[in-house]
Amino acid sequence: MRLTTLALILIVMALAAFFLGRRRAIAIGGPPGAARKLHSLPKYHGYYASLWCVLPGLVVLLAWAALSDTLITSRVIDSLPEALRNQPEAQLSLTLNDIRNLAAGQMVDESRRAEFEVAAGLYTELRAASRRILSGLIIAVSFLGFAVAWGRLKPQFRARNHVELAIKVALIAASMVAILTTLGILLSVTFEAIRFFRQVPFADFLFGLNWSPQTAIRADQVGSSGAFGAVPLFAGTLLISGIALFVAVPIGLMIAIYLSEYAKPAVRRVVKPILEVLAGIPTVVYGYFAALTVAPVIRQVGASLGLDVASESALGAGLVMGVMIIPFVSSLSDDVINAVPRAMREGSYGLGATKSETIKRVILPAALPGIVGGVLLAASRAIGETMIVVMAAGLSANLTANPLESVTTVTVQIVTLLVGDQEFDSPKTLAAFALGLVLFVVTLILNIIALQVVRRYREQYD
Amino acid sequence: MAAPLTPAETRRRVDASLRRRYRTERLFRLYGLISVLLGVGFLVILFTTIIGNGYGAFRQSFVRLEIQFDPAVIDPDGTRTPDVLASADYSQLIKSSLRQLFPAAEDRASRRELNALVSSGGAYLLQKMVLADPGLLGQSRDLWLPADDEVDLFVKGSVPTGAAGSEQERLSAQQIGWISQLKAAGRLELRFNTTFFTAGDSREPELAGIWGATKGSFLMMLVTLFLAFPLGVAAAIYLEEFAPRSWLVDVIEVNINNLAAVPSIVFGLLGLAVFINFFGLPRSAPLVGGLVLTLMTLPVVIIASRAAIKSVPPSVREAALGVGASKMQMVFHHVLPLALPGMLTGAIIGMARALGESAPLLMIGMVAFIVEVPSGAMSPATALPVQIYLWADSPERAFVERTSAAIMVLLAFLLVMNAAAVWLRNRFEQRW
Repeated sequence: MRLTTLALILIVMALAAFFLGRRRAIAIGGPPGAARKLHSLPKYHGYYASLWCVLPGLVVLLAWAALSDTLITSRVIDSLPEALRNQPEAQLSLTLNDIRNLAAGQMVDESRRAEFEVAAGLYTELRAASRRILSGLIIAVSFLGFAVAWGRLKPQFRARNHVELAIKVALIAASMVAILTTLGILLSVTFEAIRFFRQVPFADFLFGLNWSPQTAIRADQVGSSGAFGAVPLFAGTLLISGIALFVAVPIGLMIAIYLSEYAKPAVRRVVKPILEVLAGIPTVVYGYFAALTVAPVIRQVGASLGLDVASESALGAGLVMGVMIIPFVSSLSDDVINAVPRAMREGSYGLGATKSETIKRVILPAALPGIVGGVLLAASRAIGETMIVVMAAGLSANLTANPLESVTTVTVQIVTLLVGDQEFDSPKTLAAFALGLVLFVVTLILNIIALQVVRRYREQYD
Repeated sequence: MAAPLTPAETRRRVDASLRRRYRTERLFRLYGLISVLLGVGFLVILFTTIIGNGYGAFRQSFVRLEIQFDPAVIDPDGTRTPDVLASADYSQLIKSSLRQLFPAAEDRASRRELNALVSSGGAYLLQKMVLADPGLLGQSRDLWLPADDEVDLFVKGSVPTGAAGSEQERLSAQQIGWISQLKAAGRLELRFNTTFFTAGDSREPELAGIWGATKGSFLMMLVTLFLAFPLGVAAAIYLEEFAPRSWLVDVIEVNINNLAAVPSIVFGLLGLAVFINFFGLPRSAPLVGGLVLTLMTLPVVIIASRAAIKSVPPSVREAALGVGASKMQMVFHHVLPLALPGMLTGAIIGMARALGESAPLLMIGMVAFIVEVPSGAMSPATALPVQIYLWADSPERAFVERTSAAIMVLLAFLLVMNAAAVWLRNRFEQRW
């Protein structure tokens, strides 16, 4: 039976259970409209029956999905001839793959077809049997669940409380997804990173000055051992993010000041949404713009000044990234500037200060913690930004502070290492996860500090 | 202490300092204005560049050729079986038609140049026509076939005409001569480029379209919407209405705020390690992309939904409880309907962000070169922003135009989504 058919049957059963449960509640509780002896409304009895009908079936389905494949595989392995069964682990999994492909009707190596045919037949057969058993089991369990619920439906039965408990559990489970995501990120990235550090020493990775992630195809190849020193990547990331912040912080801050202190409300109403459009543009568009428009302009300007500018210079990527985070800085600063109490401003005006003096000597110092928090958040955005640097920054890991040269970043390397076909035990692929771990930890620290600073600052004036 | 100043001296000093202070004031104000102008100016430059580069891609050069569906070329044995019809050499038909138009091109080199005027996809079009209607054999039809991408660029004037002989030159003088002859004869025209909106990816710019990528994006958005919205709303309801003050809830809250700021590429690593390597889901599938984008969008939806729930006044809750509703009934019958517009607005904004996202999709293999339009959530696909990335990397110059046009389409989608969010907010926003 197909999974969709099964799902359809379950839905129909759940609906039937609902209506039956409700009818029974009405029947045992007396006619509607009259004073009823029911504790809960009839529909809650229906929901209760429906839940008992569906949930046990779902549990069986999940358990089956988790277990059946291993069971089938082990049966298939047992059925293999001696020679195939005693292969090393990796070989065995390849053989199993071939068997699965054959069972799915795909092409396999013709010369070995005969060997696999029996096993593939068994595999198909077992899978079909598993499907049949599963369908029968689920339907049986659903009926059983419904019968249990049916037995419980009495006038005094607290159906609503049970249903509400089930809903509450579902709500809690939904809010756990966020925690599971973080755990998933941490575990998956750390796990692969540990495998990487088994092959490449931790200190070599963190402090090495040379990055050329190659792995040898043959052991005797020249340059067979790749170098995994990530310092050039960190330096490149810092250089580009630094340029971006150098652009974004002053401009963003001045925009926030101008819009909140100087601009007329009408101007503010028009300009603010326009600037927010900048934040909504996908980064791939910025990347395209940086590579196609900004980089050539910088190159030409550099050439006319007699400078040698790389076509994928850090400056181009950094400038465009700066523009991308302008709205970020300006809206965060706008919030904190507006949170500075009116009394402080008026006190300053009362002493005869001009507007700019008030801003520079009163508002900015008062808003400083919030602005710093905003800048930290912007920095974390810049460090983690991927598409702009993938498209507009280089691939060669130069250790340089010259913005006109080409540098590479952590995110660029993650993308280049992981795009395309890869094998999952070479240090080259695992290095991407180690870089990902560094990226995650650094941005996490920045975010925590920034959120903490911003929150504490908000409390100060609330 | 110095001697007291005379009133005139005081006045003079104050005046001088006032002048200085007013000058700084004006300068400061000017800096602010310049910053605003820089921001707005950048946006204007960005849009004009992209529209300027891209609007051309909505039109495409076509050549009108008289095609003889010659049975001797397509099916010399007269079998008429689909296999034979499918494997015939249709480019021969185009070549002979071109030769009739320009009999002067006789040697091999100029024949090859002549044949290069029409897209290699023309043969494919003819094949489709014949397969759909084998009765065409032996007839002759006047057809508009797509021109080659270099011809297209030349016709649109994207190539400087004075560039002949320079390194820019891709068309020979002879070809340019033919093009102007075709134009004069009304056989070469710019027409609306339907291929761009209906085709999948291709190595040939004139045959490449965004439909495959758009459908991939659409499937992913569907998965994201169906997972992120209910999960986000449920989590927000729990955190706002039911959660007791405990360390676990604090951890969840800090977590959600942090997840909203985690770089998107990290979510891609998660998807690769968990969904593809651990659960064994297929690479490049919109389902996996949708799952990754769900995890990414979830914090945004939760934060927006919580704000929407918070804005429902406590009096509504108290009134519901007062007439005997249970807490769950109060939430689902009264708070949720009132908060729903705000939640939807947040969800749409989160979806708009997810639609523009490409970095995590690179990690889970959605950068493959995929020609077919995806048929379901498990078939290989790319997404619109990833298609833009792929085209931006292509060496053919004609892809510049198409990349910009694809960006315009993507931005149009985002504009519609954000406009919908604003409309929802204005339509249903309630002031209490």
